Amino acid sequence: MRIALFITCVNDTLFPDTGRAVVRLLERLGHEVVFPAEQTCCGQMHHNTGYRRSAGRLAVRFVRTFEGADAVVVPSASCAAMIRDGYPRLGAGGSRLSRKAARLAPRVYDLTELLMDVLGVTDVGAYYPHKVAYHPTCHGLRVLGLGDRPHRLLRAVRGLELVEMTGATECGGFGGTFALKNGDVSSAMGADKARHAVDSGAEVLCAVDNSCLMHIGGVLSRQRSGMRVAHLAEILACTEKEGLTR
Amino acid sequence: MSSATFLGMPPFPKAAGKAVGDARLRHNLRRATHTIRDKRAAAVGELGEDWLRLRAEGAAIKEHTLRHLDRYLEQLEDSVRRAGGRVHWAADAAEANEIVTDLVRATGETDVVKVKSMATQEIELNGALAEAGITAYETDLAELIVQLGQDLPSHILVPAVHLGRAQIREIFLEQMAEWGVPAPSGLTDDPRALAEAARVHLRERFLRTRTAISGANFAVADTGTLVVLESEGNGRMCLTLPQTLISVVGIEKVVPTWTDLEVFLQLLPRSSTGERMNPYTSTWTGVTPGDGPQEFHLVLLDNGRTDVLADTVGRQALRCIRCSACLNVCPVYERTGGHAYGSVYPGPIGAILTPQLRGMASAVEEALPYASSLCGACYEVCPVAIDIPEVLVHLRERVADSPGHPGEKALMAGAEAVLSSPRALDAVQRAAGLGRGAVPRRLPGPAGAWTDTRDLPEIPAKSFRQWWDESGRGRS
Repeated sequence: MRIALFITCVNDTLFPDTGRAVVRLLERLGHEVVFPAEQTCCGQMHHNTGYRRSAGRLAVRFVRTFEGADAVVVPSASCAAMIRDGYPRLGAGGSRLSRKAARLAPRVYDLTELLMDVLGVTDVGAYYPHKVAYHPTCHGLRVLGLGDRPHRLLRAVRGLELVEMTGATECGGFGGTFALKNGDVSSAMGADKARHAVDSGAEVLCAVDNSCLMHIGGVLSRQRSGMRVAHLAEILACTEKEGLTR
Repeated sequence: MSSATFLGMPPFPKAAGKAVGDARLRHNLRRATHTIRDKRAAAVGELGEDWLRLRAEGAAIKEHTLRHLDRYLEQLEDSVRRAGGRVHWAADAAEANEIVTDLVRATGETDVVKVKSMATQEIELNGALAEAGITAYETDLAELIVQLGQDLPSHILVPAVHLGRAQIREIFLEQMAEWGVPAPSGLTDDPRALAEAARVHLRERFLRTRTAISGANFAVADTGTLVVLESEGNGRMCLTLPQTLISVVGIEKVVPTWTDLEVFLQLLPRSSTGERMNPYTSTWTGVTPGDGPQEFHLVLLDNGRTDVLADTVGRQALRCIRCSACLNVCPVYERTGGHAYGSVYPGPIGAILTPQLRGMASAVEEALPYASSLCGACYEVCPVAIDIPEVLVHLRERVADSPGHPGEKALMAGAEAVLSSPRALDAVQRAAGLGRGAVPRRLPGPAGAWTDTRDLPEIPAKSFRQWWDESGRGRS
């Protein structure tokens, strides 16, 4: 299958390893990945901060760039949620953008949806001999409804031990510009999430959103906790032959 | 006996910053919110799919009623009058306070007992009555604690949630005597002993006071019946013993019929206290000769509600039945408590209700729509399906569209300029890659809010798109 990758601006700029992992994983599974060069950002930051018109213009760019694709994979649940849930509501009802976005939305997938629902794989042939805790990020959990897809993918990874984390479904406190506008509350939430992650006994905290991991990982690193974070794609990309992506 | 006020409190980020550093507050809130949260989850969970149907039904009834509010309010007015009550219309807080003050004055009483009521908190009725020489006594246990402590409510359902039992014991010992029957000298912080002290203190008040003020959870249009749900029976004391009853009720509280009420009598207790059925549900219809209050006044309060109704996205906030489920599940509320929201309506519902009811009047109201990580837990638990994140974002748009905030607007415009061009984005990424060694551990300015508590991620030498171009996979 030919899959268009929407890398997202945060991954593109700060977490290219995640994008490389997605490419490596999908190519290993026998699929072709294309990268439409005109892509930039879904507009979520502008939208969630109240800059609707800016978000609308970025949404138009996204729709124009990806409307010809059979399937779009987005290695960020909150960006996928912005496109699927936010775009159709961005324009006034019946606007061109709303109509086009609504047509494109069903072909936009988070990585776990693409793997399990479209490509029909749970065991991607990965090997990752580490103890891992999974943090279900809010928009993946509540907007996309990813359910236990990430857990099932992780359980199928050889060598990986998936451990439970207290308060897993509670927000870790990133929230986009919330992390800066309400830095104290965001940090308090992050501190609790970091504590639960460490208490789980895991070595790696996994999620499908690098922005959330940037925040929680930033707390873990500042605390010298010795725990690290990894996007699900980076775990699934690892095999016995080709080790860690980093 | 001054009454406390939210006026003059700092905007949310500052007030919240102080709250998150209060260890005792954090401990009290963590315990309380998790306890109620778990109880609610169990009470809702046992209904399975039926809960979703009830929720949709509740939302639909509220939507329908709000759409035809003019009709149902006039029907309610008619029904209440026919049942022997009097109806007063109040456009704002000042008008409502004046009406209630005049009504109490007409009774000749200077003491009134109060049933727990959000509407009278919203209009700061106690303060207005005090200015007229009338003392209002709160009779809900938690409201009593807040009143005795000259404190402010911090939760819709349990206004003293921010206090622990040791603090409550201190307040009772120090303050009860000034207001009436004193607390027993050997009072312990055992919840049973505290409740008993309150019972003795209040019982004397119920028997002595001839005028009561209440709110209402619901007002049934076709019969003119008012409904109050409570857990202690103290409300029922106020609703049955006095001669005169004055109820201040927001215009959005009307429901068409008892059949509609039935849906909410299921939704509300499971959502608020995590109970299958509410312990004390009092209903009254006008006056009944020889039984209960012989004079009944209904004050219908607008106070900004019709403005909210005019906003097609924001109006869903008026569906709220004040259950507090969104507060109990909110990760922000759990860490700040209610006072930081600068309003009697705290938590997620307060963050969308206060700026709408008051308008974006000051920095306090403008900050509230941002007091959320948009995690969506509130929407998930709301029994009338208010999409709180949607309204939060909608209100943020109002803030962003208003004058001011030039720094943020410039940053957002700059970000859009870069993100509107793959070439510009690539240039910024390449520059960042080159300067990656020079990023300080602590950032200056507003970005310092990040590095105060969090390390920055390492900036990669190459962006993804740079890697892709160099990987030979080609452009599409």
